[in-house]
Amino acid sequence: MKAFEYAEPRNEAEAVEFLADDSVKTEVLAGGTDLVGLMKKMLVSADRVVNIMEVPSLQTIEPQEDGALLIGAAVTLDEVLAHPYLENYPAVTDAILGINSMQLQSQGTLVGDLCQRPRCWFFRNGQQLLDQQGHVSEGDNRFHAILGNSGRAKFVSSSRIGPALIALNAQVRVIGPTEDEEQWIPVADFFVTPRHDEQRETILLPGQLVTHVVLPPADSRYNATYEVRHGEGPDDPLAAAAVSLTIQGGVVRQAEVVLGQVAPTPWISSTAADVLVGRSVDDDLAETAGQAAIAEATPLSQNGYKVDLAAVAVKRAVLRAAGLETGGF
Amino acid sequence: MALFQDKKAAEGGPYNWPSRKDSKVIGKDQTRLDTLAKTTGAAKYTYDVNLKNQLIARALGCPHSHCKIKAIDTTAASKVPGVVHVHVFDHAKADSEISWQGELLAVVAAESEGAAVEGVSKIKVDYEVLDSFTNDEDLDAAEKAGRTAKGPGKAVTVREPGDDDDEDEFVDEEIARLLKESAHVVEGYYGIDAITHCCLEPHGSTVHWEGEKLKAYLSTQNVSGTDDGFANDLGISADAVDVHCEYIGGGFGSKFAPDYWGLAAAKISKATGRPVKLMLDRDQELKIAGNRPSGYLNVKLGADKNGLVTVWDSHHWGTSGSRGGGVSQSVIPYVLVPKNYRRRSTQVKTNTVRSRAWRAPNHPQGCAMTQTALDDLAHKMGKDSYDIFMTNLANATNGKEDVYAEEMKIGAELMGWKDKWHPHGAQVVRRNGRLRTKKRGALVDGLGMALHTWGGVANSSTCQLKVYPDGGVESFCGTQDLGTGTRTVCAMVLAETFGLTVNDVKVNIGSSTYPASGASGGSTTVGAVCESHRRASQDALREIMGLVAQKLSVAADTLVATGGRIQVKGNAKKSVSWKEACTMLGMKPLEISRSHKRGDASPLSNQGVGGVQMAHVQVDVETGVIKLNKFVAVQDQGLVINPKTCKAQIYGAVIMGIAAALYEQRISDPKSGAFVNAELENYKLARLGDVGDIVVHLYEPESERQRGVIGNGEPPAISPKAAIANAVCNALGVRVPVVPMTPKRVLEAIRTAGRA
Repeated sequence: MKAFEYAEPRNEAEAVEFLADDSVKTEVLAGGTDLVGLMKKMLVSADRVVNIMEVPSLQTIEPQEDGALLIGAAVTLDEVLAHPYLENYPAVTDAILGINSMQLQSQGTLVGDLCQRPRCWFFRNGQQLLDQQGHVSEGDNRFHAILGNSGRAKFVSSSRIGPALIALNAQVRVIGPTEDEEQWIPVADFFVTPRHDEQRETILLPGQLVTHVVLPPADSRYNATYEVRHGEGPDDPLAAAAVSLTIQGGVVRQAEVVLGQVAPTPWISSTAADVLVGRSVDDDLAETAGQAAIAEATPLSQNGYKVDLAAVAVKRAVLRAAGLETGGF
Repeated sequence: MALFQDKKAAEGGPYNWPSRKDSKVIGKDQTRLDTLAKTTGAAKYTYDVNLKNQLIARALGCPHSHCKIKAIDTTAASKVPGVVHVHVFDHAKADSEISWQGELLAVVAAESEGAAVEGVSKIKVDYEVLDSFTNDEDLDAAEKAGRTAKGPGKAVTVREPGDDDDEDEFVDEEIARLLKESAHVVEGYYGIDAITHCCLEPHGSTVHWEGEKLKAYLSTQNVSGTDDGFANDLGISADAVDVHCEYIGGGFGSKFAPDYWGLAAAKISKATGRPVKLMLDRDQELKIAGNRPSGYLNVKLGADKNGLVTVWDSHHWGTSGSRGGGVSQSVIPYVLVPKNYRRRSTQVKTNTVRSRAWRAPNHPQGCAMTQTALDDLAHKMGKDSYDIFMTNLANATNGKEDVYAEEMKIGAELMGWKDKWHPHGAQVVRRNGRLRTKKRGALVDGLGMALHTWGGVANSSTCQLKVYPDGGVESFCGTQDLGTGTRTVCAMVLAETFGLTVNDVKVNIGSSTYPASGASGGSTTVGAVCESHRRASQDALREIMGLVAQKLSVAADTLVATGGRIQVKGNAKKSVSWKEACTMLGMKPLEISRSHKRGDASPLSNQGVGGVQMAHVQVDVETGVIKLNKFVAVQDQGLVINPKTCKAQIYGAVIMGIAAALYEQRISDPKSGAFVNAELENYKLARLGDVGDIVVHLYEPESERQRGVIGNGEPPAISPKAAIANAVCNALGVRVPVVPMTPKRVLEAIRTAGRA
């Protein structure tokens, strides 16, 4: 890790000020569960690290008048888990519990989960994130993307909770790079597939900061996340899906199906959602939705098995959201 | 350092162990003496040793699996503020060829870790990347790449060739005939990937010079034998090297030498006149500091109508790294060897670092590649695997068939085998080519077993014992505690002998300044330290009893040491306290050194164990995810000194075995040859939630107890892979041929079986 300047803003304006300085390379530090590792391996070499954990406005979970929930960027995952309002968002809590590490849950933040860099082992070992001369497409890509991988980006988004937030129509509040700039962006639009080496995996520009996640009222939406995990460790799942269903009279009226760990961004499957709408959830319907979700899959040389796993993840997320047995672990 | 310099050390005796009835300490659960130190962080591991004014060193590892160093320039590194010294290894100088990724090229020593890391990043190396080969499983590819060499093999047939027969042709024909005449024939492919030692405390040391004497705090399994390793390279005598290792964070067979990076630290320390601390990074630890050879095997076996294997014909291959190697043919087939067999091997040379001894070298692979074939025989015959294993105990080559049979019965009882057993694949059906469960849901369960053997001979060891006139007891022994409880066992033996408690004695180990003891490898330590400590303490007690006998006017052989007193046996009134007895020594402590030499016959220790293990798993047929429900390990190891740590050793071994069965593998990138998962995120290990219910039974009837102490570090780590693989096969009715059985491999095996 190379030496760096450490900044600890006391409010959002100061944070933006520290981040907006073009003369230095800045990085935002929240829980640090990803950034510190990247810096130790010198994959990220920041001149200035801006710790946002001491900004009071980012430290709270605040229920809004309309029933929405405003979660600050300094709120840790275990604080989210412990909040009573979260019981209406099992898609979120399923995903946080799936992280399966007290250390990551107590140190990592919800917003940090959205902003962490890909776990792609080529990238983490100092190679390019995007495929270059076939180092990904001809390399060991067993954990890489099976959807949205036609470009050079073949990694998978590492966000564990992003799919759930998208399925629940959550938004993020982004400030900067100037003091008065503020945007509310659907989480669905937050992730991008980089097309060139300078592009990152989110819409954030240098000097911008995510301050909050807004979870809209859960209302009566049935929601769940299902992750296919190799073991009980904190490793990334092999495939995951978050599902949100509006069910009236036993019939699905509205559905959101978002896959994780299968594409460079959380992968919204409107095809799978369409399968569900107008029908009653049972094993066969869930299976059909799973198959629909992977109909367009384009597995790489070594990850064909993930296609099956993605279909199972969707199937089981649908069943779990509807309160039915998944039949698996 | 020579292990035995004191000829008197062999004097004394006779030596023996107390009976089960008379034992007060031995055979009773004893918590490790260093538990508190370890759990509070007070215990100082090598990684915790920081010396005043020390430099921190970090190393540059080669990013390529095969390359030539055209030039290496350390100018910029030397200029990084805080960098004090840059050391380039001889094997990394210009025009050197590097044959595996991670090989250290240079070391930067600096005032801080940050400066050292930055210094490493500034080293400029001009590489010429060469073709590499790392696909050890693909024998055809290895042959095409010219990376194979014929390995050793052996053929044995009951019928012998005639004088005029060509031996190879005869064996060909005889094996073919036997297979043709067999009632049942199984043809299969099995394998086990290379794994790394993955020590949580990486290899490394902190070293400094006191004049011409080198003091090395080294993470080592070989305190008494590593001084030579330093001395030979540094051109000094072994006496000029002190090696210390109070606590070690894992070795598993990979930490017997200072390694070239330890020598570099010593050289930098010499050059700078300052202490130097050099511990490997996590990726370096996985890449270069130890791995276990891979093995893949094709076999055809034949059995009689009862399922007794009568003929075995196999060819296996694998790698120990750039020089070929692989799994020894001597463990094929494993333990259960039919009267007719032929085993052939091919060595595969890969661009990976040379392997090191890994807990029971060769045995886990031999077990995983061959006892799976035996289970497939049960599958093919529609028989209970337990029965087929029992039948094939007749083929056991170590004379332990009776022990195995008893252990199998105990294991089956503990597992509830009879209640849980179902024929292979009984819970699944094929629908549209896909495997589905007969009942609702995706989970099926299965049972599997395997058995193993190991030596566990007592290593050489010397114990210097001091009994002080105030009753204090202190031992000095250049052994080491790998975390398994060696320190505790030493104290228990002394306490037992003197009729004291473990808190009344002080054990000093972990330094080469103490009398030499052998390296901790091959399950040789518990026997070693029990030999030396029991010998020294029994002889010391005899001297003290002689004094007490005079005072009490009784014969010395009527005395016993018990409950902190020395008394006439059965007559507590005729006694003196231990302290009082020790005052009879006069002003000076009683000092005794006693040794045991490896291989010498002794009533205190022995070698040769068996062991049976059984696994009950659940498999998700849709995801290929496997979970352990229950695991039973029945283990014999002669006399058990400390059941608590003995069991702990087995728990740990089983957990390592579960990791290798389900998670752990060195993944080499097919394009670059890079070890892509050389970290602890994707180098997956079993976590607490993955291990299920582990039941350990120490098999210790009087017949075992009478054998004396035998090490059990290796044996319980052998069988888990085969036992779990067999349980998965029982659940699915499909063999997942290569471990680890990842979801990818399980799903691929299901698909392949469906096509067949």
